[in-house]
Amino acid sequence: MKVTVKDVCRHVRSKNAGPFWVTIDLFFDGEENFRKYADSEALGPATLSRLFDADPTLVKRFKVPGLNIVKLSYARTSPQGGMVERDMHCGQQYVRLLAVEL
Amino acid sequence: MKLPIKVLVPTGSLGAGTTEEEVRYGISHGAHVIATDAGSTDSGAAYLSTGTSKNNRGSVKRDLGILMKAGAEAGIPLIVGTCGQAGGDLNVDWTKEIVLEVAAELGIHPRIALLYSEQGKAVLKAKNAQGKILPLAPLGALDDRTIDDCDHIVAVMGPEPYMEALKGGADIILGGRTTDTAVLASFALLHGASTAASWHAAKIAECGAQCTTTRLGGSGVLISIGEDHFEVEPLAQNNTCSVESVSAHMLYENSDPFMLTEPGGVLNVTGARYVQADPRTVKVTGSAWEPMPYTMKLEGSSSGRFQTIMLVGIQDPLIMGRVDEFHDRLLAALYERTRKTIGAAAGDFHISLRMYGWNAVSGDKPPPGTPAPREIGVLFVATAETQAMATQIAKACNPYFFHYPLDLDRELPSYGFAFTPADIERGPVYEFKLNHVVRVDDPLELVRTQWLDLGVEVAA
Repeated sequence: MKVTVKDVCRHVRSKNAGPFWVTIDLFFDGEENFRKYADSEALGPATLSRLFDADPTLVKRFKVPGLNIVKLSYARTSPQGGMVERDMHCGQQYVRLLAVEL
Repeated sequence: MKLPIKVLVPTGSLGAGTTEEEVRYGISHGAHVIATDAGSTDSGAAYLSTGTSKNNRGSVKRDLGILMKAGAEAGIPLIVGTCGQAGGDLNVDWTKEIVLEVAAELGIHPRIALLYSEQGKAVLKAKNAQGKILPLAPLGALDDRTIDDCDHIVAVMGPEPYMEALKGGADIILGGRTTDTAVLASFALLHGASTAASWHAAKIAECGAQCTTTRLGGSGVLISIGEDHFEVEPLAQNNTCSVESVSAHMLYENSDPFMLTEPGGVLNVTGARYVQADPRTVKVTGSAWEPMPYTMKLEGSSSGRFQTIMLVGIQDPLIMGRVDEFHDRLLAALYERTRKTIGAAAGDFHISLRMYGWNAVSGDKPPPGTPAPREIGVLFVATAETQAMATQIAKACNPYFFHYPLDLDRELPSYGFAFTPADIERGPVYEFKLNHVVRVDDPLELVRTQWLDLGVEVAA
């Protein structure tokens, strides 16, 4: 069976980190799934590039083992509040990640 | 001063809503200072460009009333950073006027320090020519034209101007743009608490009760900073801090969960240890501070082209089953209508349609088989060189936006406008233009401090 982000995370959130960066926090549902999927290729630059058009060379990934959290950060491709803005605070951007297969 | 230093952080942002009860708890538990920030870049560049506040005047005045009264009664200073949302000079002065009004109403005569950090363009161009302005990813090197494009530019202050103002006997400090952490850390740094713990505590407390277990269960926190550790507890007595609620806050709105760059160094929490000190309080040790050459981040905003918007609601069952097709055909028709009726005079214009209830947030086409919505709201956004032209485009598009049929052989439908007139002038598109730092030899070099001593004015 294919496992997706929403199957193994109890909480996922996204937020702007200053006007030029977006950061996504994946709270895994426990240590087991964190260990199993924290390094998954599917949570890497290629996926963020595909989903958000993010520059893959600027994608950052951090693991916070004590909290079973993976943090992904990427540079915005359009200016915050710019002409084609649809999500000023990037608080809805995480939704695209939920269905990603790990 | 005897450690620990206790900092009462009443709210995540001045005007968000502090309570007398929470402030009383912090004061009765020995707070040495009240400190809060009053803004951030989060809500966009409009507030810096226009010099206006995001929070309404009444809310800010209400919070200031509670805090100024408590500070005056307890004889402890009140520190407010990033005044008026953006921390530009206009934003500081807006806050100053409210403070003066509250002081008069309370009959108090505080000594007020005003810290301004807005920058002149000539100063920045000179710094840039000296190679002292460096870009942060994803932006590149700064050119003079970008400086000229900005309406206002602020340099983000560290704690030093606040420490100087405290040394100068300030009862109230109103600061321009400052890192959230510097505002909350300044008093503890001045009075000998651990540098690393001061910064880390300030980061945890920057959003008030956001680092507690019940984020809506109160507004603020009390941080106690010692020689090698800090503790954090909620101000609301029925709320708690847990190891997870506190440690997870390092991740919030931060692109790196372990390192936080500040004007004079980097806070490194890789080795931090969080333990539950009592049921409400978390104790943190092992934070580290790595001094770096002193830099101040620059924030500059511009106002660009203008937008006019319209909104309709649609329930037509035929359209609900073919939203993407309707979007594409309507958009093409609106572009054609504008070109035909306004022509070259429309200049470099842009129209977009956001289909709320279908795919407005992402703009992505939903996969085949996605169930039809019950209704959608369609937001029309025209962008043009002037407000007048954006509105002319909206007016030209109005009949099509109102009546455009999915099948041309049908009787013309009418969609649900909510307002008359239908077009709403939204103003300019505001954007942040700078993501750079400026190197300074002295943390006070780009900061102007003004004093307002209400006690002296009364005596005179």
